[in-house]
Amino acid sequence: MSGLITRRNFLRGTAVAGSGLILAGCDQFDFLGARDNQVRQVMEQANVLTYQVQRALIGDQTLAREYSASEIRQGQRPNGSMDPTTPEYTFLKMQNFAPYRLTVKGMVEREVSFSLDELRNMPARSQITRHDCVEGWSCIAKWTGTPLGPILDMAGVKPQARFCVYHCYDNIQRTLSGDILYYESSDLVDAYHPQTILSYGLNDQVLPVANGAPIRLRIERALGYKQPKYLHTIELVDDLSPFGRGKGGYWEDLGYDWYGGI
Amino acid sequence: MTDTKSLPGSRGPLIYRQSIWTRVTHWVWAICLFFLLLTGLQIFNAHPALYIGQQSGFEFDNSILSIGAFNSDAGPRGRTTVLGQSFDTTGVLGVSGSAERPSFTAFPGAVTIPSYRDLGTGRVVHFFFAWMFVATMLIWFVASFINGHLRRDVVPRPADIGAIPRDVADHARLRLKHGRSYGPLQKLAYFTVFFVLFPLIIMTGLTMSPGINAAAPWMLDLFGGRQTARTVHFIVMLLLVTFFVVHIVMVVAAGPLNELRSMITGWYRASPGTPTTQGDKP
Repeated sequence: MSGLITRRNFLRGTAVAGSGLILAGCDQFDFLGARDNQVRQVMEQANVLTYQVQRALIGDQTLAREYSASEIRQGQRPNGSMDPTTPEYTFLKMQNFAPYRLTVKGMVEREVSFSLDELRNMPARSQITRHDCVEGWSCIAKWTGTPLGPILDMAGVKPQARFCVYHCYDNIQRTLSGDILYYESSDLVDAYHPQTILSYGLNDQVLPVANGAPIRLRIERALGYKQPKYLHTIELVDDLSPFGRGKGGYWEDLGYDWYGGI
Repeated sequence: MTDTKSLPGSRGPLIYRQSIWTRVTHWVWAICLFFLLLTGLQIFNAHPALYIGQQSGFEFDNSILSIGAFNSDAGPRGRTTVLGQSFDTTGVLGVSGSAERPSFTAFPGAVTIPSYRDLGTGRVVHFFFAWMFVATMLIWFVASFINGHLRRDVVPRPADIGAIPRDVADHARLRLKHGRSYGPLQKLAYFTVFFVLFPLIIMTGLTMSPGINAAAPWMLDLFGGRQTARTVHFIVMLLLVTFFVVHIVMVVAAGPLNELRSMITGWYRASPGTPTTQGDKP
């Protein structure tokens, strides 16, 4: 019993326990990285739970925190695509985005499209918000744009529509079999949220190319990858599986969670 | 109750010390914390720097920790900067692996899940075990409140506070008592873990969620910003790792087989001289 604990036994036991810890190198759990692994698929259900619980707990109209102008202490840090090289985008950029049109299509009463001037003349909203990258960093900036909700109403969203798919110009990844274009999606709660804007202005300047010119969607209660840059088409759908690899976005196809609110 | 003064060399009674609730939640937590730690380090590696405030300073400096690599004449070196002080951490932090195949991650692949860079998978596994961890904690709190574990073993009483100096002296001499309930230092350690560290690490984790920020902006104010919350999350992780190391050392010091048996079967050999009650075994 405890009387048998001599200093020698104690040190020996500690050394044995300690070496066991060091041996716990962890490539034996690398199978969890395989997208089709069944254990991983069970674990991914935790993200569905997070989505449902947050949707239940957080009001659909509850705003993300807005900061004062004094909190803008730096430029908005760009990430991901910063200068798309697709011919369509290069052409638009050369024309200073004059021919740009934003299209709303899919499960809508009428397909509509708007030029940049038309979007800029719609009711505008400015918000100083915190951008949270999935990597872990945050950056506060002022975003100006027109709310997405009224634009969806102009198109008339059909009752069976469940998601917005956001199609973008940027070739986020270039592969031997061609460019992979960025896309994202959200539910209609995020799409109709009052702070969800089609932004064309950043920190009182025209939105720069590195941050998604001419239009970047802001979904303020989600991480940065849910805020697609270089947006050109919004498609109303009831199923995300036909797009990309079927997970609802470029990063989702690579294993990130679809909700992105955590 | 018979108070048998034990004879030299005699054994104390075998007592049923850990309820099924304590035992099951203990092992579920052990698994959860293992995965949470290693996937947490994976997530940290995606941006290996910690800041104070709402945002991360890229054009100003509010970082208190950063881990990176730089090139020197002698090859790549790992550098860790804490509160403005830089340390060469080549081989452990920033740069690890062999000289021929160096790995440029903040924490080495040996302590991350997966062992290679995969933030998406790290998040999937982290959030799965975060839910498990929180669910287990709720079950533990309810069960421990009802079965008396909280009152008996976790929440220190005034007498326990007064007995701390003596308990410290006993621990220093490895003179450990195996009683029916936890000792003063034991209570203090578990009280800190359950009532300070666990709630803190859950709340700072939630404060990093933009969705929760909208619903409960007061949490941002409580911790002084999302980036401070992230920093506190990391510091609490370090404290929990410290607890784990002390926990293992104490299990070894107190008799690993007896301690393990009590956490598997519930039965625990108490020190000689421990008063016996009904239900004890010889």
